[in-house]
Amino acid sequence: MNKSASRALIPLGIFLVLAALLFYGLRLDPRKVPSPLVDKPAPSFALQSLKDPSQTLTKDILLGKVSLVNVWASWCPSCRQEHGELMRIARENDVQVIGFNWKDTRPEALQMLRQYGDPYSTTLFDPDNQAGIDWGVYGAPETFVVDGEGIIRHKRIGPIDRAVWESEILPVVEQYRAK
Amino acid sequence: MISIDSKHLFSSVLLAGALAFGAAHAYTLEEFTFDDPARTDEFRDLIGELRCLVCQNESLAGSQAGVAQDLRKEVYRMMQEGQSRQEVVDFLVARYGDFVLYEPPIKPSTYILWFGPFILVGVGGFLLFRTLQRKKAEPEEDLSEADRARLQQLLAKTGDHQD
Repeated sequence: MNKSASRALIPLGIFLVLAALLFYGLRLDPRKVPSPLVDKPAPSFALQSLKDPSQTLTKDILLGKVSLVNVWASWCPSCRQEHGELMRIARENDVQVIGFNWKDTRPEALQMLRQYGDPYSTTLFDPDNQAGIDWGVYGAPETFVVDGEGIIRHKRIGPIDRAVWESEILPVVEQYRAK
Repeated sequence: MISIDSKHLFSSVLLAGALAFGAAHAYTLEEFTFDDPARTDEFRDLIGELRCLVCQNESLAGSQAGVAQDLRKEVYRMMQEGQSRQEVVDFLVARYGDFVLYEPPIKPSTYILWFGPFILVGVGGFLLFRTLQRKKAEPEEDLSEADRARLQQLLAKTGDHQD
């Protein structure tokens, strides 16, 4: 190929690179903001238990076992969508599923658990977004994987289904369960 | 009489609307005041520079999303405690990441964002310069002495005409 012909291909090359980048960009979801908390100790908290207002729960409940901390609310449709999958995960896996009831009211939250079942071993109650801000929660559902030492290892934004569990969350759980 | 009544009704609806709107508007601003007016300005400035993560095209100042309201209150609380602007920003970045800032910090992962446009302009400028240089360097030769003289003549003529 002579020189001028190959030079004529330069704009085409630039176009293809740009197009590839833009196509990649289309697949990204701008709502999924990476959390700076991954690989950092989970923020401490002192929250009431959803079921028992007299009980105060702290970060200690996270220690000693890999946990999923699932942020949910009764007003959140995607939370209802993932609820069945959380029930299955809690039933079939050796992982502690902890509820983080966020910006909700106690009667409505309890009603949802009565209606759809309760996958959570414990549920934190954070109606005023006290601990939510420390955890960097900005929507529901969100799910954190916390290892046995209380360090956040992964954050999932958006609902969990079977595919997400198997490809994204289970590998992290297994990696830290082994330790 | 009837027409006056309906006019009355209409204007009171308008007035009620205006009052309701004014009240709702004043509520968000008046809720957050400081003893020092400069601090109030600083607060309004700051929430204008922080992004609401739920509705990413809005600032904390402009958003009515629940999380934005919580964060506004939190920023207000921190500033009332006397914390500096930088402390508030650090607090939010530690929890929500650089995304809360409309103006991302300069660090290796954002170099391309900050310097990319200048590099592109630089490369473009260099290519343009080189192309122009090459054009200039290309000889306009191959005109015989006779042609050149004729050309000068023609040019001079055109010039005369236009004058």
